[in-house]
Amino acid sequence: MLTMSESHNEKGIVLTPEQQRRRRARSLAIAIALGALALLFYVVTMVKGPGVLQRPL
Amino acid sequence: MSLADQSESLTLPLGAEPSMASVGDYIALMKPRVMSLVVFTAFVGLMLAPGPVHPVIGFTALLCISVGAGAAGTLNMWYDGDIDAKMTRTAGRPIPAGRLQRGEALGFGITLAAFSIVVLGLLVNELAAALLAFTIFFYVVIYTMWLKRCTPQNIVIGGAAGALPPVIGWVSATGGVSLESILLFLIIFFWTPPHFWALSLYRSDDYARAGIPMLPVVAGERETRRQILIYTLILAPLGVAPWLLGFAGPVYGIASVGAGVVMTILALRVHAGCSGSAAASKQLFAFSILYLFLLFTFLLVDRTWSDHFGFAG
Repeated sequence: MLTMSESHNEKGIVLTPEQQRRRRARSLAIAIALGALALLFYVVTMVKGPGVLQRPL
Repeated sequence: MSLADQSESLTLPLGAEPSMASVGDYIALMKPRVMSLVVFTAFVGLMLAPGPVHPVIGFTALLCISVGAGAAGTLNMWYDGDIDAKMTRTAGRPIPAGRLQRGEALGFGITLAAFSIVVLGLLVNELAAALLAFTIFFYVVIYTMWLKRCTPQNIVIGGAAGALPPVIGWVSATGGVSLESILLFLIIFFWTPPHFWALSLYRSDDYARAGIPMLPVVAGERETRRQILIYTLILAPLGVAPWLLGFAGPVYGIASVGAGVVMTILALRVHAGCSGSAAASKQLFAFSILYLFLLFTFLLVDRTWSDHFGFAG
């Protein structure tokens, strides 16, 4: 349960500079991972060609 | 205004504090050293398999296997946060050290597991994906949640999870399981008990404090030394079996016999249990890592040799 004074309601949770730095690093890592995943799907599709759609049921 | 300034009037529910976890903490959750061994054995399984594998498909398979191993390691740390805190070897891990919430580890582990299985199934083949899913399930549910805390046979049965990566590598290349891949599985399966029991012999206080029924804690050091020798005597001939069965040439045969002899001598020294037995256990533990590395490296060398020169060994 969150109990806050009026001023806290206005500002919410304020992260320390260190917390902000770590969150930025985590966000960057997620972005790189997702970008790499998209690139991987693209490259495998190029490698397999039309065969990428031929899948056993 | 920082969180520290607000602490007197602001109370957050447990687990809702802003995360202090770094990217390095998430990487540590994935047990990178275990991952490296998994990737190596899977790579050997992939390379030994008959028939060509496109490098991109091979890379994708190894990537998925390594991420799947990372998922299993993460979920293991999520569940074992309580006992990790009690052992000196694991107290510095992100969860017991308080750098990462258990919920974060759970979410990260499930995400990695789902992505690795789905991507392997979509881009490589379904059987490999099913085996990877089974491996993660076996390591997390059968080993971590069940066996680890209730039987001294935990690492014997749980070792099956660690023995599957070369089979997944093989299946990624061929789409099926064969005798050669089962042999790779058996080598790692019988390697696991002497490897971990050698470690547990000089870490038994740690395991006892955490309440984990490792063999030295439950059955005593004498019985553990006997079991180490028995498993090593099964392992050494198994290590030579790929040569005896014609899957590998004499280059591998000589290396596996030599490594097996050294492994057996070290196990005999541990079994003797003379003064300085802790040193003998440490030597066996260290050599067991080298032993597995040597076997799989020479399998690879032998295959490369025969591919280039047209004859085995």
